[in-house]
Amino acid sequence: MIPEIGHFALILALLFAIAQAFFGLAGAARGQAAWMRASRSAVAGQSVFIAIAFGALAWSFIDKDFSVLYVATNSNSQLPIFYRIAAVWGAHEGSLLLWGLVLAGWSLAVTGLSTSLQPAFRSRVIGILGLISIGFLLFMLTTSNPFERLVPAAFEGRDLNPLLQDFALTIHPPILYAGYVGFSVAFAFACATLIEGRLDSAWARWTRPWTLAAWLFLSIGIALGSWWAYYELGWGGWWFWDPVENASFMPWLAGTALIHSLAVTEKRGLFKSWTILLAVSAFSLSLLGTFLVRSGVLVSVHAFATDPARGLFILVFLSIVIGGALLLYAWRAPGMKSAAGFELAARESFILFNNAFLVAALALILLGTLYPLFMDALELGKISVGPPYFNMVFMVPMLPLLLMLGIGMHTTWKRSRLQPLRNRLLGIAAVALVIALVAGAAVYGEIRPMATIGFVLALWVMGSSLMIPLARLRAGQALPGAVLGMAVAHFGVGVVTLGITGVQSFKIEQDVALAVGDAATIAGYDFRLTALRDVPGPNFVAVEADVLVSRDGETITTLHPQKRLYNSGGNPLTEAGIEVGAARDLFAALGEDLGGGRWSLRLQYKPLIRYIWLGALLIALGGGLAGLDRRYRRAAKAEPALDTASAEVT
Amino acid sequence: MTPRRKRLIAVIAIVAGVGAAAALATLAFEENLLYFYSPTQILAGEVPQGRTFRIGGLVTTGSVKRSSGSLEVGFIVTDNQESVPVRYTGLLPDLFKEGKGVIAHGHLTESGEFLADEVLAKHDENYMPPEVAESLHMPTPARTTE
Repeated sequence: MIPEIGHFALILALLFAIAQAFFGLAGAARGQAAWMRASRSAVAGQSVFIAIAFGALAWSFIDKDFSVLYVATNSNSQLPIFYRIAAVWGAHEGSLLLWGLVLAGWSLAVTGLSTSLQPAFRSRVIGILGLISIGFLLFMLTTSNPFERLVPAAFEGRDLNPLLQDFALTIHPPILYAGYVGFSVAFAFACATLIEGRLDSAWARWTRPWTLAAWLFLSIGIALGSWWAYYELGWGGWWFWDPVENASFMPWLAGTALIHSLAVTEKRGLFKSWTILLAVSAFSLSLLGTFLVRSGVLVSVHAFATDPARGLFILVFLSIVIGGALLLYAWRAPGMKSAAGFELAARESFILFNNAFLVAALALILLGTLYPLFMDALELGKISVGPPYFNMVFMVPMLPLLLMLGIGMHTTWKRSRLQPLRNRLLGIAAVALVIALVAGAAVYGEIRPMATIGFVLALWVMGSSLMIPLARLRAGQALPGAVLGMAVAHFGVGVVTLGITGVQSFKIEQDVALAVGDAATIAGYDFRLTALRDVPGPNFVAVEADVLVSRDGETITTLHPQKRLYNSGGNPLTEAGIEVGAARDLFAALGEDLGGGRWSLRLQYKPLIRYIWLGALLIALGGGLAGLDRRYRRAAKAEPALDTASAEVT
Repeated sequence: MTPRRKRLIAVIAIVAGVGAAAALATLAFEENLLYFYSPTQILAGEVPQGRTFRIGGLVTTGSVKRSSGSLEVGFIVTDNQESVPVRYTGLLPDLFKEGKGVIAHGHLTESGEFLADEVLAKHDENYMPPEVAESLHMPTPARTTE
């Protein structure tokens, strides 16, 4: 009964979404206030029924209702309740439902917080969000119904993939989706602007906090995914340039370019059509990412053939959303000319470079991700693009970007006088160089060119970011959220660079065969296998090893890597033992019984790896601080008329 | 600067940027495209000499051999028509199993043995690498995990 209620709620949600889209767009076009009101009420209706549907699916998991196909496929009676709930979004159908729920949440937030927008504009934004909802709900109902029954009911479920039975991975999809879907708001704002055919700085000011919020969630989501891959999946790798990872990273790059370009559009009325294009791209890449990951197309383009309805729907939906937005753009964007000029040393130039480098990296990553799919579809052979390609096409644009970031932060709009800052910036660069050389030699025992470049850039960006709040505080000036956020996020970029440089340059990995009592040494650390024992878990049994780590005879810690066998069958799962440290992680993973009393182990020394995720959190924090700047809230209250800067639009 | 000269500079900058990106992509592509071959293709001599590539197929049941207590392991990869012996030193992924699909990266030695430097693991137990499924002429199940 409960699953049927869920299914019915989905259908009702679809009807509300249709009402939301129709009354929102038609009401704005015809200036009918009553229609626009109806559209806003439909948002609430849609949200309520999607929430009911989501609740029904969650209940089916909690209730172990194995007569529902999706529940039977993705859970098991022994699965702990926490993971049974997380299993709701453990596979394709449920994650689409989560997508819909998150979209309803963003739509509600936009509707509630946009009271001071011009009514017609607000109504168009809500209508476009409704169109996106229609697409997702139709997709779910026609091809991917999570409430489909299994007849006869299964006696026992197949279980959630053990890899997904992990805390970080239970919260990873909702946060990532909050980011993906959040870009739908910027997208809807962009489309509404295009429909109205005018773009002013108030538009940019409206879009900025919403874009920052989405970008913040996406940043955290990506960092969580990377962290999970490190300790659970990847045997200590933190990024694989896997298409699934690229799918989340590409919208992030587009979003990063967007928040910078929005600043120019707001402050200077420049880059208007470019900003719109970025807003469209960020959301389009999010959609592409969702479908790439969940549709099976990454496994093989021929997987589409096993479910042609799904594949066709995705292609049609993507082309309507992306094609429709681009058509609007082609029609309206030429009218959005920017009149103002700026000097070469102005902040505008630096943001232009920022956008060029970010978009170049994005385009090359997109090429590498989709190229194998095209080759496969055209029967031109099976290839994959190796990580070295991605490392190279990402690193090459990032190095000059980091260099210029340190200068660009201090520039001002329109024209800049960097002369007074020159000595201080040169000082930071010199200090960064000295620290990088000394630390490289003293800590890691050698100076490598690439490592030195990485460390210098990291310290350069960190030092340069610190300069801004320090200078303001010393001068007794106020430190608004936007400025502080910028400094924190850019400091975070430096921290990430530090982590990546450290771990990529100086990591050590070694596979060894050890019997109890044996030891192996890497990077000066002795790893001694002292015991092996069987330990029971809630729904698995594990072999656990004690690995005593010491340095120069001094005990540091005991690691407890496990090899788990889940009761539901299937393959074993490796749980790594990790000693976390500010300077390095020590990592031991248990392989298999090699016979003769020996086990294989993978031992790793991972210098500075924590800074990758710490920096990502700082980046997200900076986004939050900037988004909470008082300016946006003040603007939201004080500016009912949107026409302040429309004189610039010709 | 006149608007015309400004536009000229902008166009030159865009052309140079796109050119640099294209050059970078081509350069990086050349070295890092990984080709996939089945045992049948390998024995038919389709693999260019001295290139690293990926081999895929099923691990022949009963073929996994390791000398006791050592990290060195040997197994046979088959596409149900031809077979190629593979040698690898290191930890095998959790999902490595006799009778299941596998992809390994490495190169062919003169003796016709495949020396793997990596055995791929990123799939769940019901998942068959698409290349493997295709070379076995089987339908691929959709992937359900991230």
